[in-house]
Amino acid sequence: MSTENAQTKQDKMKSALVEQSRPARPNGLITSLTFAWRALLKIKYVPEQLLDVTFFPVMFTLMFTYLFGGALAGSTNEYLQFLLPGILVQTVVFTTVYTGVALNTDISQGTFDRFRSLPIWSPSPLVGALIADAFRYTIASIIVIILGLVLGFRPSGGIIGIVLGIVLILIFAFSLSWIFTVIGLLLQTPKSVMGISMTLLFPFTFASNIFVDPATMPSWLRAFVNANPVSILTTAVRGLMRGRASVGEMGLVLLSSAILIIIFAPITMYLYRNKR
Amino acid sequence: MNNDTYSQNQPLAVEASGLVKVFGKQHAVDGVDLAIPQGTVYGFLGPNGAGKTTTIKMLATLLRPDEGQARVMGHDLLKEPDAVRNRVSLTGQFASIDEDLSGIENLILIARLMGYSWRTSKKRASELLDAFGLLDAAKRQVKKYSGGMRRRIDIAASMVVRPDLLFLDEPTTGLDPRSRNQIWDIVRALVGTGTTVLLTTQYLDEADQLADRIAVIDHGKIIAEGTSGELKASVGSGVLHVRLLDPAMRAEAQKLLIEVLDTPVHLSSDPAALSAQLSETNRAAQALNALDAKHIKVSEFSLGQPSLDEVFLTLTGKPADNTDKKEGVRE
Repeated sequence: MSTENAQTKQDKMKSALVEQSRPARPNGLITSLTFAWRALLKIKYVPEQLLDVTFFPVMFTLMFTYLFGGALAGSTNEYLQFLLPGILVQTVVFTTVYTGVALNTDISQGTFDRFRSLPIWSPSPLVGALIADAFRYTIASIIVIILGLVLGFRPSGGIIGIVLGIVLILIFAFSLSWIFTVIGLLLQTPKSVMGISMTLLFPFTFASNIFVDPATMPSWLRAFVNANPVSILTTAVRGLMRGRASVGEMGLVLLSSAILIIIFAPITMYLYRNKR
Repeated sequence: MNNDTYSQNQPLAVEASGLVKVFGKQHAVDGVDLAIPQGTVYGFLGPNGAGKTTTIKMLATLLRPDEGQARVMGHDLLKEPDAVRNRVSLTGQFASIDEDLSGIENLILIARLMGYSWRTSKKRASELLDAFGLLDAAKRQVKKYSGGMRRRIDIAASMVVRPDLLFLDEPTTGLDPRSRNQIWDIVRALVGTGTTVLLTTQYLDEADQLADRIAVIDHGKIIAEGTSGELKASVGSGVLHVRLLDPAMRAEAQKLLIEVLDTPVHLSSDPAALSAQLSETNRAAQALNALDAKHIKVSEFSLGQPSLDEVFLTLTGKPADNTDKKEGVRE
């Protein structure tokens, strides 16, 4: 390296470090959206992560409709009308796990420490991640709906019913994610976050009214299924898509969403601020 | 601690007293006092698990101290954490940037979070990449960077808005000598622009090269503090390493060297090697002459700066516990 070269390098360094004006502190919305932008950028580098929101719901819909549909509801077409809103719920509910996994990955990489030491609205990394997740949920929902329409799903609630159903699912998913941020902050590795979260989710998605009407279940199980927030959401989404939504059903979903946020968002923020 | 060298009205970047952090039963940091003047480089020297990272994390508002208080750039750590965050930046022990994203995306991300517009963020990111010699790698994912490039992008991310105080946690651990020199140049350039740097290191020569003052930390306590000259004076000016042609002669050589040098002579794990701390470097010639006079053949010898181990040996009477466990101290 010539000395002249070294000199220009030093000058560049100096000017990069000295010549700047400090910008005004950005608000929480801008920082949250910036974090959402970051999460979406990752899709460009790791397109596989879209697999869970595309391939799996398609597989589940096809499998349940054609494998079990005839036996469960008499005809595959009839079963599809019942199943599709439920599959939509299941797909999005499973995807919420990735919020916790992504957060845990940030912690183990050290990125987390830098974000926490920035002078920004402190929940913004989490809120940003949730915004990006909402985008993924929307993609998943659109894919499932299109597949359903191709297979013969004909909801009487029309396009408005479908859109409202998806919005309700997004609200619930946003609220549910706070459970997984807690798990993501508590456990040591992304793998264990995945394992524990899935173990938690399985009983809630399968012991629900997504696949079958609980009328034939033993009474103790039926009690669980009926109180299960996943069932409450599924019932409301079915109602919306059929054009027969009741305010009570939707109210219950919003209530359980609110309860989830009230309990788990403060725990998340406490753990987030006090993480070692 | 010796703070007499500071003038009373020199503003302090960090002013801490009695900082304590306990993890379970372990006193990771056990009563640390600090007075770091602005515009200087301050080095924390110590082995893994000594409490260096924990101290830095407390000063960067990432961990709440269990006891003690501190002012960082004039702001109370506990009462005004946001004001502190506004003045400091942290570069972690492991790359604290998003490895999945490219270098330029990482810098744009930080620039946006600091409040720059999209357009200014891009300009600032390119400017920094250029200054840190990373322009060619701008669009590459950081996970494909070499160790040295990673550290540079990490420091660049801390410089998007130049902080008044930069924490550098082991900036050169695991780097090759060339990358290490690049990082050293960067640190010097930073201090030239007025940023105070608090760096942790396991290498005495790094602290020696960069730091105006050094605190030696062990088991969560500062066991020595001063300029590198003061520290070296307390541990001897250098270490003579001698390797004999015939290991059988080692005991005799040890006896002889103790006589000539009037200082303890340590036997190394290598059965033919021994080392001694020298009070003056020219004693080395006397030592070699004495060995030659007794016909003890020497295959290699070197005169080096005391290593971290030797500093610890002198200061604590035992070698540094350089285990690979996380920060935290055994009882």
